[in-house]
Amino acid sequence: MSHLHEDKIKFLEEKANEIRQSIIEMLVEAGSGHTAGPLGMADIFTAFYFHILNHDPRNTDWPERDRLILSNGHICPVRYAAMAHAGYFGLGELKTLRKFGTRLQGHPHRTALPGVETTSGPLGSGLGQAAGIAYGARMDKKKFQVYCFMSDGEQEAGNTWEAAMFAGKNKLQNLTALIDRNNIQIDGMTEDIMPLEPLRDKYEAFNWHVLEIDGHNFEEIVGAVEEARAIYEKPVVIIAHTIPGKGIKEIEFDYRWHGIPPNKEQAKKFLEELRTLGGKIVSEHQ
Amino acid sequence: MPVNLKAKLVENILDLKSLEQKPTRDGYGLGLVEAGEKNQNVVALCADLTESTRTEAFAKKFPERFIELGVAEQNLATVAAGLANYGKIPYIASYAMFSPGRNWEQIRTTICYNDLHVIIAGAHAGVSVGPDGATHQAIEDIAIMRPIANMIVIAPSDVNEAEKATLAAADLPGPVYLRFAREKTPVFTTRETLFQVGRAEIFWEADLAVSPPSGGETALDVAIIACGPLVHNAILAAAELEKEGVKVRVINNHTIKPMDEKTIIQAAKDAGAVVTVEEHQVRGGMGSAVAEVLARSCPVPIEFVGVQNRFGESGAPDELIEHFGMGVSHIKEAVKKVIKRK
Repeated sequence: MSHLHEDKIKFLEEKANEIRQSIIEMLVEAGSGHTAGPLGMADIFTAFYFHILNHDPRNTDWPERDRLILSNGHICPVRYAAMAHAGYFGLGELKTLRKFGTRLQGHPHRTALPGVETTSGPLGSGLGQAAGIAYGARMDKKKFQVYCFMSDGEQEAGNTWEAAMFAGKNKLQNLTALIDRNNIQIDGMTEDIMPLEPLRDKYEAFNWHVLEIDGHNFEEIVGAVEEARAIYEKPVVIIAHTIPGKGIKEIEFDYRWHGIPPNKEQAKKFLEELRTLGGKIVSEHQ
Repeated sequence: MPVNLKAKLVENILDLKSLEQKPTRDGYGLGLVEAGEKNQNVVALCADLTESTRTEAFAKKFPERFIELGVAEQNLATVAAGLANYGKIPYIASYAMFSPGRNWEQIRTTICYNDLHVIIAGAHAGVSVGPDGATHQAIEDIAIMRPIANMIVIAPSDVNEAEKATLAAADLPGPVYLRFAREKTPVFTTRETLFQVGRAEIFWEADLAVSPPSGGETALDVAIIACGPLVHNAILAAAELEKEGVKVRVINNHTIKPMDEKTIIQAAKDAGAVVTVEEHQVRGGMGSAVAEVLARSCPVPIEFVGVQNRFGESGAPDELIEHFGMGVSHIKEAVKKVIKRK
């Protein structure tokens, strides 16, 4: 486990809370979109954009940047929010999510918004692209790291395992995958729809090194990524156990929030919950 | 002989006995090596069909730039998208039935919508694949590739043209689909034959000085617009029709998208009737693309030579071309039918 300074952890926690608020604000404005996944991945995106990634928000084409490939494009509100908070573009643009003419397409599009790296949405095709980038970069002895975030639901897709086999064969040590293991998908719980377990054993059988973490613990997130960088003979997959809808009690663990946005009334309540950290803080304006 | 001399085709073009025969997939192998020599960023990917897609020569010459994917065509497309995203120029090869047949959505989203420069080589297209039967005979590939935005679609007519198209693809913007055949077919273009992506070439033009217009409204009787190795059958048909006094123009329409609309529309104007010829389903193929152009700009009667809503089957390549109605006699029949409709 990494030893992050207490101040750093506090900073990341506050940033993640701001990003969660942005997610709610974006979704209520858009009137459609996914809520549970983005909230559940807010801590991990915060850790990456504010601590882990070697990136430059003002130079999205910088050849040496780490590549963060988001395979499950439907959780893009969390990526957009993290990017905006990190300075890729203004926070105001978040409100354009899913609207006509926006750079913030309902599912992310590479040529629409610099920094999203790949177009994604159709599940199962991110890992292969990440592996292709990692393979090409290794041919040229590049030092950057390729990260691929996936959902657990897309572990049901054949293309994911074709890519896992390829990365294992080629020992792509510059590739780190991270699975958002939140146990839900559109139709219900993953283990009811199409059981994924034992997921760790599956990846190990495909010649990956597997780490499992609490996806809401910053020390564990950063620690796993550091460990992944140190492992040189295999690609690494971090199975991040997350709570879908994390941060808002009403949404947490409820698969029905996979693909719907909050309405205005709910959004007001959720934002209040986030701003007061679940009632722990009383606003001075009240 | 009314072969278009400017096209610099072989002299013995009508003599099937003396014509050299080679499969167009060989041209892919040659062009791929040349592209690799020319550009260090060219990489070749294959899905367990290295020898038969002719990726082998590249793999031997540039082993560090050859990537074997195994039987995983979806991953073939996504890994290529990643390599192109990073800055490589990937050529991906399999049988057309599997790529782009099996991995269509990955090609659409991760290659085309991502706007990445990946060259997709579909080998074993058409019923002339022969004994392997319908499972391995791609006759829908043009139809699924041409509607995707950004995609360029090329079906070379012989081995030399295939080589040129493969090399040219490295310098094109965005994604390219190249269609190749398994079986040996006549080599009738030469090194000197002009090949330019997006430019259709007139390969046969009735000599109006020798055989003056028959008094109809148009100088020519028919334009045959063909692609792939069947361009040669179209020329053989034109030669026979010439003897019967039918004045024909044959166009090698190798680039199905973007189509050379100017040449196609001019042919329709000059002939007033069109026959399209392709080794593909007539629904959605090159002929359909021609009809889209002509319906808008110069509506004339069209007959479509190709596979008519059927699956292929096992057999000898020549036998199958005849059985599925794409032989010289079928082209002639279509010509006669379309002239009657003028």
